[in-house]
Amino acid sequence: MTMAREQEQPASGAPNWSMAVGRRVLTYVLPFVVLATLWQTASLFFPPFLFPSLVDVFRRCIDILLSWSQLSDVLATVGRILAGLAGAFIIGVLLAVLMVRSRVVNEFLSPILTLFQGIPALSWVVFAIIWFHGIEPRIFFIMVMTTLPAFTFQVLAALQGMARDLTEMVMSFRPSRLQLFRVLIVPAILPDILTAWKVNLGNASRVVVVAELVGATGGVGYELLQQQQVFDMAGALAWTLQLVIFVLIAQGVLSLIESIAFRYRAVSERTL
Amino acid sequence: MTASAAIISLASVSKSFGKRGAASNFLAVDRLSLDVGQGQMLALLGKTGCGKSTIFNMIAGLTEPTAGAVMVDGCDPFREFDSLRGKIAIVFQNDRLLPWRSALQNVELGLEMLQVAREQRRATALRWLTTLGLRGHEHDYPHALSGGMRQRVSIARAFATDANILLCDEPFSALDEMTGRALRAEFVRLVKENGKTAVFVTHSINEALEIGDRIVVLKRPANIAFDLPLSGATSDTEKETIRGRIQSVLAA
Repeated sequence: MTMAREQEQPASGAPNWSMAVGRRVLTYVLPFVVLATLWQTASLFFPPFLFPSLVDVFRRCIDILLSWSQLSDVLATVGRILAGLAGAFIIGVLLAVLMVRSRVVNEFLSPILTLFQGIPALSWVVFAIIWFHGIEPRIFFIMVMTTLPAFTFQVLAALQGMARDLTEMVMSFRPSRLQLFRVLIVPAILPDILTAWKVNLGNASRVVVVAELVGATGGVGYELLQQQQVFDMAGALAWTLQLVIFVLIAQGVLSLIESIAFRYRAVSERTL
Repeated sequence: MTASAAIISLASVSKSFGKRGAASNFLAVDRLSLDVGQGQMLALLGKTGCGKSTIFNMIAGLTEPTAGAVMVDGCDPFREFDSLRGKIAIVFQNDRLLPWRSALQNVELGLEMLQVAREQRRATALRWLTTLGLRGHEHDYPHALSGGMRQRVSIARAFATDANILLCDEPFSALDEMTGRALRAEFVRLVKENGKTAVFVTHSINEALEIGDRIVVLKRPANIAFDLPLSGATSDTEKETIRGRIQSVLAA
């Protein structure tokens, strides 16, 4: 009797679980379905250069992915984003370590980085065009300068926010610098580093388009400029979607890393 | 206590906090001289804020004395920080477990610093977790353990390195009466069985009487108000007399 009841429980729980998953998927997908429906409806009443059919946009997306010359533009943009972020991250970590170790360095660099934060991305584009000849150095410079302050301040805050009692505990075992870095510093600041990457990834994907729009002869930003010149809205949307898809994939990868790296956290923390 | 027998020695040690030369410096420890012999279990007793933890941190090498000399096993624990690797282990007031490490990995921490081979450190950590009644919880993360279990892990972490000197900063004060008492008894047994030297900081007279084979009562700023050896032969009546003396010193 009891066993029979126990066996029934999972069976009765399964539909509840699948209903919950279904509801969650629906909640996530529904806004996009509504937006797509509105767009598609608008495409019936407006000319294609204003609201192209989503079928056209989808076809253009496939064309981009299937044509190497166009796909290479997408990959070039992705490469520029990743290179810029990696450069800014490495420099940002070095600056943050220097700032946390020396009050003088902190007091010297903080106002400069704050100043950099106030400079618009477009200004960095203009500076880069004046200062650099090559396209890639220009874009790399722009990407680094626009994301460096955020990376530096985020890593600095993470280092400064490390729990003092845990540091004392680890220090009581008298670790080498490398051991301290491995067992305490990296795991302690990893959540903030991943957050910094997530935030800067979005910023970088916006900035790279501006940089390519003005200072490049290839990439998603350059292609967007071409679409604008021929009033090709379907093309503009298709190229924009390439970047959006990349950002979504990259955010997904970061979320996956988070779920693996932070599996030690209590469930209630993750649901906050 | 003769200086040659002392494994921990504080000679006229002072510690003040604040900027050097400032008029409003806070004096936490005032010309304290104290020797702790090998195998001794010293209970350092004093009111909250009397400088117990400052003494503790100076012995651990985490704080530098403003004046005087601290020597642990023949080394200056602050200036010769690395020389004492593996010789001192600390049990803190709260467990201070690394949240991203399982119980087993937390116990392995000190052994990692000593670069003990992986298999050996795993076996040692497991043995200590078993000794402290945590077998079956070795892969649990700290958030999944109760306060008492977490403190057991931190005790296992301290014992796992086989350090000769154990420094304990009110390790059972955050636990409930029953858990604290059980863990305290277990701790004393392990210290005695393993022949460790222990400095046990506490503000509880009962705890000091239960644990120490020597009680040092501190007045504020930290200096010795009285220093009393205890033994297994100390009768309950004598302990009551000692309790009364300690209470009068602490009340002063």
